Amino acid sequence: MIRHLLSAADLDRDTATLLLDTARQLGQALTGREVKKLPTLRGRTVVNLFYEDSTRTRVSFETAAKRLSADVVNFSAKGSSVSKGESLKDTAWTLQAMGADAVVIRHPASGASHRLAGWVDGSVLNAGDGTHEHPTQALLDAYTMRERMGRLDGLRVTIVGDVLHSRVARSNVLLLRTLGADVTLVAPPTLLPVGVETWPARISYDFDAILPKTDVVMMLRVQRERMTDSFFPSVREYSRRYGLDLRRAALLPDDALVMHPGPMVRGMEIAPEVADSARSAIVEQVANGVLVRMAALYLLLSGEKGAE
Amino acid sequence: MNSWLIQNASIVGRETADIAIENGVVTEVGTGLTAPEGARVLDATGLIALPGLVDLHTHLREPGREDAETVESGSRAAALGGYTAVCAMANTSPVADTAGVVEQVWRLGRDAGLVDVQPIGAVTVGLKGEHMAELGAMADSAANVRIFSDDGFCVADPKMMRRALEYVKAFDGVIAQHAEEPALTAGAQMHEGEFSSQLGLAGWPAVAEEAIIARDCLLTGHVGSRLHVCHVSTAGSVEILRWAKSKGWRVTAEVCPHHLLLTDERATTYDPVNKVNPPLRTDTDIEALRAGLAEGVIDVVATDHAPHSSEDKDCEWAAARPGMLGLQTALSIVVKTMVEPGLLDWDGVAERMSRRPARIAGLDGHGLDPAPGVPANLTLIDPAASWTVVPNELASLSRNTPYAQMTFPATVRATFLRGEATVLEGKAQK
Ligand SMILES: [Zn+2]
Repeated sequence: MIRHLLSAADLDRDTATLLLDTARQLGQALTGREVKKLPTLRGRTVVNLFYEDSTRTRVSFETAAKRLSADVVNFSAKGSSVSKGESLKDTAWTLQAMGADAVVIRHPASGASHRLAGWVDGSVLNAGDGTHEHPTQALLDAYTMRERMGRLDGLRVTIVGDVLHSRVARSNVLLLRTLGADVTLVAPPTLLPVGVETWPARISYDFDAILPKTDVVMMLRVQRERMTDSFFPSVREYSRRYGLDLRRAALLPDDALVMHPGPMVRGMEIAPEVADSARSAIVEQVANGVLVRMAALYLLLSGEKGAE
Repeated sequence: MNSWLIQNASIVGRETADIAIENGVVTEVGTGLTAPEGARVLDATGLIALPGLVDLHTHLREPGREDAETVESGSRAAALGGYTAVCAMANTSPVADTAGVVEQVWRLGRDAGLVDVQPIGAVTVGLKGEHMAELGAMADSAANVRIFSDDGFCVADPKMMRRALEYVKAFDGVIAQHAEEPALTAGAQMHEGEFSSQLGLAGWPAVAEEAIIARDCLLTGHVGSRLHVCHVSTAGSVEILRWAKSKGWRVTAEVCPHHLLLTDERATTYDPVNKVNPPLRTDTDIEALRAGLAEGVIDVVATDHAPHSSEDKDCEWAAARPGMLGLQTALSIVVKTMVEPGLLDWDGVAERMSRRPARIAGLDGHGLDPAPGVPANLTLIDPAASWTVVPNELASLSRNTPYAQMTFPATVRATFLRGEATVLEGKAQK
């Protein structure tokens, strides 16, 4: 088993599949239980190290760790020495002294989790690093797709929006490709990175043409501030060309799935009626997040230590 | 002390001869020479004698960041790298934008006595690009400044660049430009391409360098001045320089050793020891830079030696300062990337690391092959030896070398500054 989960590229097909299967088994083991807890990681310490506000992701990891009976320490950037300008390396040494078995890190700088992994002995889980990756988000997306669509192999997944600044897109492209899906990216050319042509994905600027050939459409959040930096001229033009409204949703095959990694900007990249429709998997994405994070913690921490 | 008889050295890689040095000046080059009175004898069998290397682009960090490097520690690193003169960039704190600061740096260099430290003056006050610094006062100072640069920043305003180019004509100055269009590199972290797209690091596009070089070449041609382009890093820049030189414009350019050897793939480690500005680029760029250097489109190799303290490098990539050590590894990397593949011979190395940079900087006593009457600024190289880079063993106060544990050809055995041995048997003498 791998020691850290820093990038979706750390997962080969077997490992990724094992992770998704484990998430499913953990879900089954928990259903019907009065106390939603398994003893698996009793006595192990999981530290949540969050340099960005993300209650959703932090709570998801915290719930996952607690359901496996791990001790959870929340080390948030607010109110700790982190906010006083302590360097990531100094913080790493503190965590090392605490004997953290796993560190879950969310950080605004791309590669922060890679740096941390070089400074601590425990496992590092990347919970989002800058505009680089967010591998557990990709795992939960893949899990949701597999549960709803029954397969990932050959699945046609279209990812739409601000790919340039999206860690979710990067992790999803890598993981979905590993698991055999066909990924198409749709975005204004300004929001696709130079170099995207080397990614294992197709590129299109024509959303309408892609929708009928799509099994899963994933809408990425687009921040309004991108407009002031001339990535696109106006919110109105963006929604008209790249938003998922009712007319566009009707172009999808009947059984197609609509996903959004959240938080949503309703009315910008997705119409409220589409986000709340039956084909939307947005609510179960949250529940599935806990399961895949449990699976990730379980596999990283129960694996042979120092095998790498 | 400054009299030597160096025996059986290969003179710039050619014939084997003795070099007699008396009171810091070469008196004779020939076979079977007798030692001048009071001279020490050094057996240089198997070694190559080169004119002392000259670096057009060194960051010595003093005044202001003496924790990262001092004039003395940087001078020692330079001597160990075979250098007898370095040009110290102006982005110190305070900025070297007045006669007072450039004279301070010049005196510190003279006191250290390991290499000649030639200060570079800032083009604009505080490197801010707004008001021209007193270039004439720096030129007239004891430091005798001839190169002016806002390095670290680009003189981005075309009017300011034009004025600076024109103004320095009065004292045969040269503007050394850090070519980077700032509007295209806001927040940039690494070369924009395949790896930046994967790593989620903001891209530094080649065009941001090339656009400024093209503009500055045109300006230089227009006003008939001298332009030196710092750390050329892209294949496109080489093409533009080739075109500018074909016009007969007085444009010179430098390339850094790291841009001849390392690619942007290094960033996949997220270790900021690989972060540098301009960034490491692609194999295609490396190929074009090597060819350009061989051809002479790129005139010189300059180190851009940029020491940084560990807190500025042991951190997240985006938080790290750009720059890498270069003085002690430059020659070996040129041997590895240019001499071993047959792109340059030793005369070519002397031309690009000593003679040309000395002429560009106006350093009269440097960049001269050993010959009677010439100041004895020399370095002796063992071309057959190899060495492994151990960061803690480098003379710099900082440790930010990207070459840790890499093995390179050629070692510097001795360096002479006006006949005084600054390095003997590979060891600094002070
Ligand atoms: Zn520079």
